[in-house]
Amino acid sequence: MSKELLNIKDLHVDVEGKKILKGLNLNINMNEIHAIMGPNGAGKSVLSNVLSGKENYNVSSGSIKFCGKDIVDLLPNEISNLGLFMAFQYPVEIPGVTIMNFLKTIHESKRKANGNEPFSPSEFLNYVREKAEILGLDDDVLKRQLNVGFSGGEKKRNEALQLLVLDPVLAILDETDSGLDVDALDIVSNGIKGINNKNNSFLIITHYKKLLEKIPPNKVHILADGKIVKSGGPELAHEIENKGFESFN
Amino acid sequence: MNKKSKKISSKDIENSYEFGFETDIESVFAPKGLNEEVITFISNKKDEPKWLLDWRLESYKRWLKMDEPEWASVHYPKIDYQDSYYFSAPKESEKPKSLDEVDPKLIETYNKLGIPLKEQEWLAGVAVDAVFDSVSLGTTFKEKLREEGVIFCSFSEAVKEHPDLVKKYLGSVVPNSDNFFATLNSAVFSDGSFVYIPPGVTCPMELSTYFRINAAGTGQFERTLLIADEDSYVSYLEGCTAPMRDEHQLHAAVVELVALKGAEIKYSTVQNWYPGDENGKGGVFNFVTKRGDCRGDNSKISWTQVETGSAITWKYPSCILRGDNSIGEFYSITISNNYQQVDSGTKMLHLGKDTKSRIISKGVSAGYSSNTYRGQVNIHPKSENSRNFTQCDSLLLSDNCSASTIPYIESKNKNSVVEHEATSSKISEDQLFYCLQRGLSEEESTSLIINGFCKEVLQKLPMEFAVEAQKLLEISLEGSVG
Repeated sequence: MSKELLNIKDLHVDVEGKKILKGLNLNINMNEIHAIMGPNGAGKSVLSNVLSGKENYNVSSGSIKFCGKDIVDLLPNEISNLGLFMAFQYPVEIPGVTIMNFLKTIHESKRKANGNEPFSPSEFLNYVREKAEILGLDDDVLKRQLNVGFSGGEKKRNEALQLLVLDPVLAILDETDSGLDVDALDIVSNGIKGINNKNNSFLIITHYKKLLEKIPPNKVHILADGKIVKSGGPELAHEIENKGFESFN
Repeated sequence: MNKKSKKISSKDIENSYEFGFETDIESVFAPKGLNEEVITFISNKKDEPKWLLDWRLESYKRWLKMDEPEWASVHYPKIDYQDSYYFSAPKESEKPKSLDEVDPKLIETYNKLGIPLKEQEWLAGVAVDAVFDSVSLGTTFKEKLREEGVIFCSFSEAVKEHPDLVKKYLGSVVPNSDNFFATLNSAVFSDGSFVYIPPGVTCPMELSTYFRINAAGTGQFERTLLIADEDSYVSYLEGCTAPMRDEHQLHAAVVELVALKGAEIKYSTVQNWYPGDENGKGGVFNFVTKRGDCRGDNSKISWTQVETGSAITWKYPSCILRGDNSIGEFYSITISNNYQQVDSGTKMLHLGKDTKSRIISKGVSAGYSSNTYRGQVNIHPKSENSRNFTQCDSLLLSDNCSASTIPYIESKNKNSVVEHEATSSKISEDQLFYCLQRGLSEEESTSLIINGFCKEVLQKLPMEFAVEAQKLLEISLEGSVG
């Protein structure tokens, strides 16, 4: 039996009084890749924000268990330290903070949360360089201020770098493919695929099957009007590409 | 380890000011109040020459006719200048010849502050002129500096040993008619530091002074005079901390810098005097006059300040760009929390041709504090081809604090260019969520974002000072978010 990682049961969420998720169910086991596809406004981003513990999302009923813990009332950093990572659709700029400094801060904080000693500076530098190389990023990029003046593609690559550095148990990729050109998509998806192993899982949120061709999912779900309306294998992504989402509503 | 590397845990300072302790040392006071007798007492006590006593008395007479300035955005109860002591010194009358002779209790105080002098000398390579209350206790590394001809000593010592230099430059940048607080200082200044760098000499180490206010009810009137002779270079660091008390403490220091032809002075300050408690009770009133004179061509003066302490900060480190091609810089971080009031900025007076000035000010306000940048840029008609660039950024951390930017810009030369940029912002929820999602706590996230906001200025600080400053930012804003 594979280990259960994420268990969402009958999840109802409203945002500013508006019902967005209306009874969503989802199970992700260890060493699985799931994809969620769906039309705009279906609640995809709300789902990833709720899983990350963002404020102002009211869970009116249902439950979310991650690593066996109920995370509905946990703070974002507490959920993060359990091993959940979200690659943001729109990463924010933090002026004056270099990527290297940011990576070091979050890596140390995570090691501390898990009761580990931080890496030594040289150990960490090598560790980061190794990850950066996988994504085709050089030292100059590491010296840049976090997301400041980055193109859409650069931001997504930077998200992937943080993902590789933090090495989470569950990674949510929120439209990581948007903004990436064909070559960059290759590099990023290969990098991400490279860290997939029996100790982690991915939840890929996307509009397109392009990324799913690079990182083939075990399961594809269609999210429409706040619910998973259909689940299936990779073939479902092709079906959507051909027929559109309308036929699933 | 030395002060710079000392770990300060934020838990240690919850509801209390880390350096809020008093050392039980008997002080020798001048009688309470301010009059000619008290000034004469101070001058006699310090064994000063007549010309200096006369200068003090002249200052006092001017001061009597002056009004306390009211234009700054700070509010405080009226100060009774007659209800204060203007001189106190640790009881030991003989000056110690080495640190071993210093009252162990003083050393203990420094240790609590994390500045074990002896270790610090060797670890940081910094000569320390530690000012405890009003009398300088130990000056180290003097020998090494003497080899280069550098003079670094207490002000009183300089009056005795180098009277010609003191007489020539004292009041030449900040005259004793300058302003209410500077004039008061001129009348009653207790002690301070004196630095002279001879022509062509690059000072072999960073010079540093740690100030500390200690005796209850004693105003602090420090006086610093720094002269960089032709083609010399010096970097001077100043840092301060004070014990907790209920009574407001007045502090009116004067710093004068003189840069002759081709000389460069870098003056860095980290100020964390007691800011008062979370209800605005207590705290130091800091009315400081700091001014640098780029007297010679191609000279440069750079001010860097990190201001986190004091209940009231009234401070405008300025540059007079008299020499052609001279450069003035002002890099500032002002942090205000609880009920702190900051009115700080700079003045850049462009007199010479082809002069340049650069102002980068970062204000962070939290709690119920008010944080005002007040800056003046003035380009004289004869100051051809001069340039100024000013950037003032404010970051607000609460709904009850305020940030203001008040620039006074006057250019009387059509070939000169003045630029001013100002922004004000809050830490966005998205920035915070982004950091939280990566596993950082709310405090760690805020601290990271603020450090990023201040980075341009932090980078200007000498390395070991920068580390200390970053810790200070965290401490000062403890509990201000969330």
